[in-house]
Amino acid sequence: MEHYHMNLTLKVWRQKNNQSKGNFETYQVKNISSEMSFLEMFDVLNEQLIVEGKEPIAFDHDCREGICGMCSMYINGQAHGPWQQNTTCQLHMRAFKDGDTIVVEPWRSTAFPVVKDLVVNRSSFDRIIQAGGYISVNTGNAVDANAIPIDKKDADDAFMAAACIGCGACVATCKNGSAMLFVGAKVSQLALLPQGGPERESRVLNMVAQMDKEGFGNCTNTYACEAECPKGISVANIARLNSEYLKAGLSSEEA
Amino acid sequence: MTFKQIFTSSIGKKFLMAFTGIFLILFLIVHAGINSCIFLNDGGETFNTVAHFMSHNWIMRFLEIGLFAGIILHIIQGLMLWSQNNKARPVKYAVNKVEANSKWYSRSMGLLGTLLLLFLIMHLSHFYVGTKVALYSGDLEHNLYEEMRTVFSIQWVVAAYLLGVVALFWHLYHGFQSAFQSLGFHHKKYSPLIQKMGTGYAVIICTLFALMPLAFYFNWI
Repeated sequence: MEHYHMNLTLKVWRQKNNQSKGNFETYQVKNISSEMSFLEMFDVLNEQLIVEGKEPIAFDHDCREGICGMCSMYINGQAHGPWQQNTTCQLHMRAFKDGDTIVVEPWRSTAFPVVKDLVVNRSSFDRIIQAGGYISVNTGNAVDANAIPIDKKDADDAFMAAACIGCGACVATCKNGSAMLFVGAKVSQLALLPQGGPERESRVLNMVAQMDKEGFGNCTNTYACEAECPKGISVANIARLNSEYLKAGLSSEEA
Repeated sequence: MTFKQIFTSSIGKKFLMAFTGIFLILFLIVHAGINSCIFLNDGGETFNTVAHFMSHNWIMRFLEIGLFAGIILHIIQGLMLWSQNNKARPVKYAVNKVEANSKWYSRSMGLLGTLLLLFLIMHLSHFYVGTKVALYSGDLEHNLYEEMRTVFSIQWVVAAYLLGVVALFWHLYHGFQSAFQSLGFHHKKYSPLIQKMGTGYAVIICTLFALMPLAFYFNWI
């Protein structure tokens, strides 16, 4: 691919803190390499801001290799930008051309309050996991890999669900701000495996209850979450969440 | 988990939406089937007989209560989803490229549903009210077939009905397969089949309904 340089106009959401009212600021960046990642372009902009004596833009990032799920940015109207199955750190500037205007916003969700600029608080996801997204057995030493036989398909499906990095792109993208793809993946990865069996029912009931408490919206099956998920988590996991929940709820003896 | 907890949860609401939706889908088969008797070209004789049976049979009258309950529940759930989903994102995106990840009709179920509700109010005032007045005033000669002819002789009414059918098509096109997903059914082999069935269902039902006002307006029957 040909290497080129570009000048860009950036419209970035600036917000001092959770209480303040934010607004868009326009910045110009020059001579950006097409081989930079989107976050490296932000590094260049921030250094420029520091030299100018201005406050750099706060944004989340960690691994910068597409596996941690921190780099939450809504770029030109899409979570993690225009590329599919991609995180912001893996979005490269060759996705843009000279003279482009790029609008960058934080995730917009009641359950993800803005901390500062582009940084949002995603601890609502942590609280959903704390409500049941684990198995409470004493693991002891690592057991023999094939001690418990698991169907290949179940193992594959569980693995696909476990690929979720909890980035929140599903919530950010969903027109309803629903977290059902995330919760569906987290419920599925354990529901499909024998290790998740003992707590299977309480897990789904508690996780959904917590999800509702956090103020996420309700899924209306637009499947936008699947289209924007950096890990390609399937909406089949939402169907599994629904059936797991209904089975567990209706068979529960609590009146 | 109590029934109240289940059915007021996000997934419980989806379940009720899907359950009532499938119930209404089944109703439309009966409705379109019976109304298609007007196409028999017998001056509405068969149609009027079936319509008379439907309005004078106590089992049907009882099922009618269920039908209204289903519609009202579907509407109430829809309104609750709409209001909660609005609260889940109070600050909207300045730029949102929604067309990149979802279909317009899947995002417009609330709007399409509102159009359908307006249509339904008009539709019931046209036909349901008249039938009930005839029933309780003991008018045994009530001719629903001729009433349809009268109603569908007005141009704007025909246009409004066609608009209603278009809204119904897109609502069903998304709703049919969506209901199965909400009930927790997703299968590599059967889900594409359900999708195709939903498309076929929406096309057939909506074509039949669209032909009814057109047939009267253009005097095909």
